[in-house]
Amino acid sequence: MIPVSYYLVLGAVLFGIGMFGVLTRRNAIAILMAVELMLNAVNVNFIAFSRYLPNSTLDGQVFAIFVIAVAAAEAAVGLAIVLGLYRNFHTVNVDEINLMKW
Amino acid sequence: MQAVFFFVVAAFTVATALLVVTRPNIVHSAVALIFSFCGVAGIYVLLDAEFLGAVQVLIYVGGITILLLFAIMLTTRIATRVDVFNEQMGLSALIAGGITAILVYASLTGIQIAGEAPAPVETTPALGRLLMTTHVLPFELISILLLAAMVGAIILARREKE
Repeated sequence: MIPVSYYLVLGAVLFGIGMFGVLTRRNAIAILMAVELMLNAVNVNFIAFSRYLPNSTLDGQVFAIFVIAVAAAEAAVGLAIVLGLYRNFHTVNVDEINLMKW
Repeated sequence: MQAVFFFVVAAFTVATALLVVTRPNIVHSAVALIFSFCGVAGIYVLLDAEFLGAVQVLIYVGGITILLLFAIMLTTRIATRVDVFNEQMGLSALIAGGITAILVYASLTGIQIAGEAPAPVETTPALGRLLMTTHVLPFELISILLLAAMVGAIILARREKE
C-alpha cells in the first residue's frame, strides 16, 4: 500500500495549480474552473485521510460529499452571476468590473 | 501495481489541471477540466471510495462542466480571446509555488499516522447509513442550501422585465 503522503502531495500540487489559475485569469468562468480544481484537491485530502487513519469512521468521505454539494451550489449561483454580469456590462473580465469597488 | 496506477493517474490529473489554468482558449480549458475531474475520480477509486468516484463523474463531469460550457457559449465572443491573463503573472506564480512548496514539505515530513490503515471494506452501505444517522442534520442543511442556491440562481439569471 502506497504511503498517504503521495496523495497529500497530489492534493497540494492540484491546490497550487488552482490557486495560480484564480490569481492570474481575467475571465470569471476560468476563475470558477480554477476554484473547482482547488475544491477537488481538498476532497483528495479528505478521502486520503478517511482511508488511511486507523479506526476511521468514513467521516472524511461524508465531508467530501458535503463539499461536492456546496461546489455544485456554488457553480450554479456563480454562473448565474456571470450571466447577469455579461448582460449588464457585456464583459466577463473581472478586472473591468469595478461597480462595487470602493 | 497500485503505485504504478497512482503515478499514471496523478501525472494525468496534474497535466490536465495545468492545461486548465494555462490554455488561452477557455473552451480548451473546460475540456481539459473534464479530464482532470476524471483523473481525480480514478484517485478516489484507488482510495477505495468507489461511491465518491461515481459521484465525481456524475456531478462534476456530467453536471458542472456542462454548466460551465453553456456559460462559456453564452458569454464569450470568439474574437475576444486575447489578453486572458492579468499583469500579476510573476507574483501569482511566486505565491502559488511558495504555498505549494510549503504544503508539499508539510505533507512529506509532518504526517505521522500511528497504527495501521484499516483493511478495505465496502464503503457505500456504511456511507448511506452514516448520512441517515450520525450526519442527518448536516444532510438536511445541505438540502436546504441546495434549494436556496437553485432559487437564487433562477432569480439571478432571469431577465428583468422592463
